[in-house]
Amino acid sequence: MIQADLIVDAKGLACPMPIVKTKKAMKELEQGSVMEVQATDKGSTADIKAWAESSGHQYLGTTEKDGMLAHYLRKSDGQEKEEMSHPHVASNEELETALSNRAEVIVLDVREAAEFAFGHIPGAQSLPLGEIDIALSDLDKEASIYVVCRSGSRSDMASQKLSAAGFKDVKNVVPGMSGWNGPIEKSVQ
Amino acid sequence: MIVTPITAGEVAKKVINKENFFILDVRNEDAFTDWKIEGESIQYMNIPYFDLIDGVEEILDQIPTDKEVIVVCAKEGSSIFVAEMIAEEGRDVSYLQGGMKAWSEHLEPVKVGDLKDGGAIYQFVRIGKGCLSYMIVSNGEAVIVDATRMTDVFIDFAKQLDVKITNVLDTHLHADHISGGRKIAEAVNGTYWLPPKDATEVTFDYEPLEDGRVITVGTSKIDIQALYSPGHTIGSTSFIVDNAYLLSGDILFIDSIGRPDLAGLAEDWVGDLRETLYSRYRGLAEDLLVLPAHFMIIEELNEDGSVSEKLGKLFANNHGLNIEDEQEFRQMVTGNLPPQPNAYQEIRQMNMGKIAPDEETQREMEIGPNRCAVR
Repeated sequence: MIQADLIVDAKGLACPMPIVKTKKAMKELEQGSVMEVQATDKGSTADIKAWAESSGHQYLGTTEKDGMLAHYLRKSDGQEKEEMSHPHVASNEELETALSNRAEVIVLDVREAAEFAFGHIPGAQSLPLGEIDIALSDLDKEASIYVVCRSGSRSDMASQKLSAAGFKDVKNVVPGMSGWNGPIEKSVQ
Repeated sequence: MIVTPITAGEVAKKVINKENFFILDVRNEDAFTDWKIEGESIQYMNIPYFDLIDGVEEILDQIPTDKEVIVVCAKEGSSIFVAEMIAEEGRDVSYLQGGMKAWSEHLEPVKVGDLKDGGAIYQFVRIGKGCLSYMIVSNGEAVIVDATRMTDVFIDFAKQLDVKITNVLDTHLHADHISGGRKIAEAVNGTYWLPPKDATEVTFDYEPLEDGRVITVGTSKIDIQALYSPGHTIGSTSFIVDNAYLLSGDILFIDSIGRPDLAGLAEDWVGDLRETLYSRYRGLAEDLLVLPAHFMIIEELNEDGSVSEKLGKLFANNHGLNIEDEQEFRQMVTGNLPPQPNAYQEIRQMNMGKIAPDEETQREMEIGPNRCAVR
């Protein structure tokens, strides 16, 4: 089960209705939130993907079970905040090197659970930005932590929160998953 | 203003008659680039339906008012949705019933010619996918060659002609479309024939098509002579009908030749392809009318919508038959191959009887052009 903020039921509907419903529901979704579109029309996969590309939203992936498709989308206006203020930054390559040297580090993935499910760095912990305040107490303040998201923006905010909470060694990984060339693991088929 | 449905058959007639019309294809761009309705006088516009959900005002001035406008999508739902919006703006507009799926499945029967003792040979042009099937009829009997998945069309056509289907043949194990041969043979209690070298993995019984074997149609004995002609597949077999027609399968087309790689063995089979085209076919009479199993481009259609040409003309004009140098030939057929047909491995598995997906899946497997040739 992949977590979504909004579920759109387009089961049994033929083209164009799955996209019409998705588009309408997207208007009510908050920026950065995840939508699950349930559909049975096989053609909806290619169309959702193409529509997301043309409208600037992020297509995360699709799962299929017993003929039911679940498409995951993340709302985006294409203009994520560029400036980052956390002082400690690591490049994707630095993280890759640290991981291949088996360094004792924690990789904290602060994207939404659905984004994490469709591809993440092996061994990374999923901790969506919105839930970070609750989970802080479970983490070791002395650990070496690399924070990743898709583009470096959410991980910047998360890094600042961690530093403010007294974490000693926090690096924001830039750009993060959008430019990641290392190994990837999926939690869905 | 009104929205009028138009059938794949009606669009096929327009294409054959080279009519001038406008297609608004509302599938997404990848699907359109990969495969569309082809025609010599068609004007196209491709805008995905999801970019038109809020209205069509922005494209209205690009839609002509002086020619017929047909909206096309994958199945028809989105084309109706868009056509209705165009009609609301005060335009007359049509949509393709059943969408590209119906286009892919439409068969247009055309009589190719007569046989010497009163029989006839018909070609079934699958215009959307470029597949060609044949029915040879004589004295109350019929033989079908390279039947497509739409088996009812053949069975109904035989009923209309009041003939009994006795034998069903495939020139080779197809990789671009699902064969209807076995299904028809079962339905009419006829015999299904396949080249044995293509059939080593099949899971069903068949009659082996071997070189020189003669199959007759009707009491007047129209001979169908099997001619072993490997190259596209190792088993590929051509047929000579009534000493007048050469059914060349996927070995020789009008403007191209067969590709040798769809079973994964391009390097091995290119020599066979050369031998078939440059030696075996050379030994045949030049006035044989070549009837291939495919066409690739709409220009290969004759005035009446059929696809055929005299063998002698092909020796003169088909580039693939005129490459003197063997190395150059090898390079042409193995070095620059087009993308493979959609789901070709699954289609081969299905034609071997190894898998039996439902009809909806079969449709999906066959979407797109046939891509069996190299030029």
